[in-house]
Amino acid sequence: MREIPFEDIVEAVKEMAIVSNSILPPEMYDALKKTYEEEESPVGKEVLSQILKNDEIAKEEMMPICQDTGIAVLFVEVGEEVRVKGGSLKDALTEGVRRGYIDGYLRKSVVKDPLRRVNTGDNTPAIIHFDIVPGDRLKIRFAPKGGGSENMSVARLFAPAIGREGIIDFVVDTVDKAGGNPCPPIVIGVGIGGNFEMSAIIAKKALLRKVGERHPDPYYAEMEEEILRRVNELGIGPMGLGGRITALDVHIETYPCHIASLPVAVNIQCHANRHMEREL
Amino acid sequence: MSDYKRIKTPLTDEVVLDLRVGDRVLITGYLYTARDSAHKRLFELIEKGEPLPIDIQGQIIYYVGPAPAKPGHVIGSAGPTTSYRMDKYTPKLHELGLKGSIGKGQRGPEVREALKKYKAVYFVAVGGAGALLARSIKSVEPVAYEDLGPESIKRLYVEEFPVIVANDAHGGDIFEEEKKKYRKAK
Repeated sequence: MREIPFEDIVEAVKEMAIVSNSILPPEMYDALKKTYEEEESPVGKEVLSQILKNDEIAKEEMMPICQDTGIAVLFVEVGEEVRVKGGSLKDALTEGVRRGYIDGYLRKSVVKDPLRRVNTGDNTPAIIHFDIVPGDRLKIRFAPKGGGSENMSVARLFAPAIGREGIIDFVVDTVDKAGGNPCPPIVIGVGIGGNFEMSAIIAKKALLRKVGERHPDPYYAEMEEEILRRVNELGIGPMGLGGRITALDVHIETYPCHIASLPVAVNIQCHANRHMEREL
Repeated sequence: MSDYKRIKTPLTDEVVLDLRVGDRVLITGYLYTARDSAHKRLFELIEKGEPLPIDIQGQIIYYVGPAPAKPGHVIGSAGPTTSYRMDKYTPKLHELGLKGSIGKGQRGPEVREALKKYKAVYFVAVGGAGALLARSIKSVEPVAYEDLGPESIKRLYVEEFPVIVANDAHGGDIFEEEKKKYRKAK
């Protein structure tokens, strides 16, 4: 058994909360910069120039890219030979989120009850997905997820007869209806298969992939490219103010499913596509 | 693109009527912040016929829940939140004298109608540009509902705060008009 001190996990999560909210992954920044060259709409270009300038200020001053510093989503892979010394893993992750959001001057965007809506004051609880894997490492992937783009996400359970083309139409239609609300240029996570909850979880996981990376299976890689091409024909443009660039990338994740079902979830991510990972 | 128009708050009918969809505007003066929960409370007061904690005559509401200020800063990141969630409340506020709102994303037909009827304007600021926009905010005073934390009503003094006219008082809508120019899909 390998022991990891409770405090090491707290510190790692705290740092990820602060850094991920202030510094965009480099490939995401580069992708935005490239779209600035490609965008034909003058309003779209103006919006993209403000987005790029904002991302530079945030990095320079270590302040949040967006005031919506999200609800903290963590994907945690726990090696079977790992033990936390001095407390539970879940408590350590939660304490890391709490300290990150308080000490890092991040916005607290979590309410304790969905209907009575009183703010918890420390952005906890986080949404944590655990996975048990072989080995003695602890891998934490951290993604603050804002409300604007999350609100435009949709999950549906189709009959298998809908097929590839039907799924593509569904994703494109979801983006079309969302318009400027999710802060385009967006990244689109598509979860296909699994069941009701699994489709949504893999759609979220798809968003953690680096922008520009294709699905390893050429069949799905091609589907990603086709969806991206069609989404960028919608004319929505940066912030919905018109233009050629509505999405920067589409990531599909799949999972086996029941013979009767074809679940599809579309998780939309705004241009502040924040995520990072640490291995302990 | 056209040059910036510079305006000061509070807004008059004359200033509002001069603004057209697509205009790039720099605002100087006071803005009031309010988002979901603050709107709900304002609306409850209106329904009960009680006075509001702010005088909205000629004013602009900015849909924002800022991040906390770091030491030495006036405010944290402070970009717009999505406006459609306030659609239910906006027409009534315009009826009572509110002249403008700043947010992001499309408005519903009821808001667009109210802008024409009451001579008001809807601006968008760039969503997710909170660090950049914070630089135009020079002071922050709490006004009401401090228990709501990031959702409380604050009075901001802004200088040359950059926005774009999205819906004007003449029925124009930037989202529909601009999308058509670039749309290849059916």
